[in-house]
Amino acid sequence: MQRFPCPFCGLRDETEFFYAGDLGKVRPDTTQPVSDEEWSAYLNDYANVKGRAKEVWVHTACQEYLALERDTVTMDVLSVTQFRKGEI
Amino acid sequence: MSGYRIETAGRVNRAAPLTFTFDGVGYSGFEGDTLVSALLANGVDVLGRSFKYHRPRGAWGAWFDDPNAVFSVRLNGVEMPNMIGATTPLEDGMELRAVNAFPTAKSDIKGALDLFNRFLGAGFYYKTFMWPDWHLFEHPIRKMAGLGALDGKVIEDFESDQIHDRCDLLVVGGGVSGLTAARTAAEAGQNVVLVDDHAELGGTAFQRQLIDGVAAADWVGQQVAAITAAGGRMMANATAFGVFDHKLVGIVQNKGFGRAPDLTRMRAKRMVIASGVIDRPLTFGNNDRPGVMSLNGAAELVARYGVVAGKKIAILSSHSEVDHYASVLRDAGGDVEVIEARSTNIQALGKKRVNGLKLDGRRVACDTILTSAGLAPVLHLWRHAGGKLDWSETANAFLPAAGPDWISVTGSANGIFGVEAKLADVRAVVLGSDRQARTASYKATPVTPDPDSKLRQWVDFQHDVTVKDIALAKRENYVSVEHLKRYTTLGMANDQGKTSNVPALSLMAKLQNKPVPEVGTTTFRPPFVPVPLEIYRGAHRQQQFHPVKRLSLEAQHRAAGAALGEYGGWLRPAWYGDKEADTVKVEAKRARETAGFFDASPLGKIEVMGPDAEAFMNFIYYNNMATLKPGFIRYGFVLTERGAVFDDGVVARFDQNRYVISCSSSHVEGMSGLLEAWRQDGNDPDRVFVHDTTHHWSTVTVTGPKARDIVGAVVSGIDLSAEAFPHMQFRLGQMNGIEVRVARVSFTGDLSFEISIETGKVAELWQAVSDAAKAHGAGPMGMEALAILRAEKGYIVVGKDTDGETMPHDLGFGAPRLKKKAAFVGDRSLHTENANREDRKLLTGLAVSAGETPLPEGAHIVSRQNGKMKSHGFVTSSYDSPNTGAPIAMALVDATLVKDGAKVEIFHLGASRHATIASPVFYDQQGDRLNA
Repeated sequence: MQRFPCPFCGLRDETEFFYAGDLGKVRPDTTQPVSDEEWSAYLNDYANVKGRAKEVWVHTACQEYLALERDTVTMDVLSVTQFRKGEI
Repeated sequence: MSGYRIETAGRVNRAAPLTFTFDGVGYSGFEGDTLVSALLANGVDVLGRSFKYHRPRGAWGAWFDDPNAVFSVRLNGVEMPNMIGATTPLEDGMELRAVNAFPTAKSDIKGALDLFNRFLGAGFYYKTFMWPDWHLFEHPIRKMAGLGALDGKVIEDFESDQIHDRCDLLVVGGGVSGLTAARTAAEAGQNVVLVDDHAELGGTAFQRQLIDGVAAADWVGQQVAAITAAGGRMMANATAFGVFDHKLVGIVQNKGFGRAPDLTRMRAKRMVIASGVIDRPLTFGNNDRPGVMSLNGAAELVARYGVVAGKKIAILSSHSEVDHYASVLRDAGGDVEVIEARSTNIQALGKKRVNGLKLDGRRVACDTILTSAGLAPVLHLWRHAGGKLDWSETANAFLPAAGPDWISVTGSANGIFGVEAKLADVRAVVLGSDRQARTASYKATPVTPDPDSKLRQWVDFQHDVTVKDIALAKRENYVSVEHLKRYTTLGMANDQGKTSNVPALSLMAKLQNKPVPEVGTTTFRPPFVPVPLEIYRGAHRQQQFHPVKRLSLEAQHRAAGAALGEYGGWLRPAWYGDKEADTVKVEAKRARETAGFFDASPLGKIEVMGPDAEAFMNFIYYNNMATLKPGFIRYGFVLTERGAVFDDGVVARFDQNRYVISCSSSHVEGMSGLLEAWRQDGNDPDRVFVHDTTHHWSTVTVTGPKARDIVGAVVSGIDLSAEAFPHMQFRLGQMNGIEVRVARVSFTGDLSFEISIETGKVAELWQAVSDAAKAHGAGPMGMEALAILRAEKGYIVVGKDTDGETMPHDLGFGAPRLKKKAAFVGDRSLHTENANREDRKLLTGLAVSAGETPLPEGAHIVSRQNGKMKSHGFVTSSYDSPNTGAPIAMALVDATLVKDGAKVEIFHLGASRHATIASPVFYDQQGDRLNA
């Protein structure tokens, strides 16, 4: 059982968290034409990094989103920051 | 009859004799015995049968490394199948039966299977039962497979406690090294927990006369007292069975027969593994016969239980610690001959008990053969944690190499033998000083079996994997250890290959002319010993696992005779009265004729507020929410980014910057999660806020032609007339001076008012509505009647009448897809090739004639071509409608088949019938009643 540090609630069990995607993924502007490929990449492609991964998680207990940097090999948590538009 | 008990050794309590039976025969033992030690003390030879060939088996080991002795045990009316005999403590009155044997282990009728061994090699099932179809053979084979059988009874109070704990240092193993580690750390002020799987700490210490100049038992007692005095904790009967992410160690602690063990989730800052060694079996002819035992196990039998394995003992060993073990047996009065094992051209003689040994043509008389081809460190936990292994040529074993820095392996598990060397290493580990390099005082000579030998040589005792099977796997190119394991089932029994894995991969290395490390090991996975699933369940049972949400009005519903059922996670009235069918019909009919009222409190009430609320809502919703005017309500869909309908419901706009979302009762958490996700990812979370007030407001809905009269008697301050208060608007009013929100929305197709009030006051509202309803001949209605009313109008329930592929244009709501300019969740997915398919499944009604039974939900709409049936959709909702006088149904059906009046074939569980495609609106198609 991993433990992740929620910036608001402290160290909590991973069962309280939910993965919410790769960090830095931007939704295409759908008021402009978006190709099938671009949309499919947005929906389906994940970096699936071996090693240092940057991800978005949500702490379901407080509903706050966080940017989590972790090592997918050693399972070490490298950093966690509050998730805010424009800040990451 | 070879094993016997002596008076001069052992830790059993001779003042507490116990009686028990095995396969119907009575025996006696002592408190402190295990099932295996007690049976061996009584001279019992055959303790069980092997899995495949039903060969007679004795005990191989005296502790967790024994793969043979598995029993079904009954005590005080409780039966537990598959108890591991070597580690289960004996209790008075136990009745043991061998598993996989009938009628007894000694004379098992399936023992004849062994005669066919030539035909039953590895992969036998895969090769033999393929033609014409495996399923023809599956049932009888599955019946033959497996060990003990469940008796089907529930054991009362079989409930595990789950304990969360933490410590500075976790010590695994209570032997000489473990006790020293715990004492040293505890005396240095650390929070220490020591875990050991025996009832009495000490590990293999009792095999020695003196430790550190003190009698062994006294030394152990001194350490335990010192650890306690220094504040250290010790857990006996407890096994650290797995290491998990972020330094979590799972510990299972046994509580005695028939009681659920406890689970401790230990977060340790550091861990010292001092889990000792087990014997690697020597592989030779008929090495599975009763009487062939682990050397270390036989020494433990003497030291812990005062049991000598046999009267005439031959020791076959190839390592340098053999003298120690031989002396333990000689000191116990054993007649011992030590033979150095150089070749494996050895054969055990005898069938149900060894009666001799053939060695290079020479015959040795003996009734017991104790073997060890080397001492194998127990490194499972080290591997769980990601520690590496090195193959040691001198030790002929895997030893710990680089690994996680929070774990240290010490003692014999680290290849250190001899008390002084152990104590020095342990203190260095605990106090952080430099460790001495391992001395090479211990040596084991490899003795690899001859794959061409005609003798049957066992590698995995429980699953009957022999040298021949491994050679066959190699010939058929199952050379990877992971393939070898799955092809031969090697190491897949309850002992998980503790004794068999290293011999097997050494043999595979020899067959491939490779060094052992190149062949590698299979993955070590928790649990180290079998654990009951109960430990993972713990308190997560029934209401604690899945608590239902309860209504404030539950007492009122019960008083009104409600039958309660779970709807979307809430315990809600299904109907009011005794008999389901009649009551539901009465309620559904009454609601159309006069009025009905129901508790709609679970309806979502999520507030979305802030200066960006309008843009945010317009982005979240498929429908345009920017043009919604304050005081008005709009029905809409929320989609996933893949375009599938996620939820439907109405949205009320309170003012420019404030909306209230009334989502489906069962989707409130999902909706508020979705809203939060978009609020924080892609929007400025300081300019829009989401707040779920579902539990703050309770709602009573009144529906039917008399609804206006009833609500008018309850609520004041609102002009309820159709002109002043049209459909899809809301007003604020009062009831006895308390603020209420009244919304004109309808899930029944009739004139309806939803009255919401702060939850603490809802009992007053319910009472007032009940009283007013009585005057009009109206009454309460449950969820089942509501389900019929909404289906009569073709109103969907998301998740019931839609699935993960349903898009809004499949439900007849195609306009925003084509017209909405602003971006919204899922927009681009509504214009893919898939979204434009002409055979998408559309929501449609299915009509059948009055008098027919309703169509079964889940039934398929099918076509037939060339005798083959093809599904084109399925029935999603189906009811007997009292208001239309005929059964009604909704279905998702291939658009090419959806033509009003078309006949379609409905197939369900082998039976066919027909229905007619119709509009899903079966009642009041013009909507006059809705706008009344």
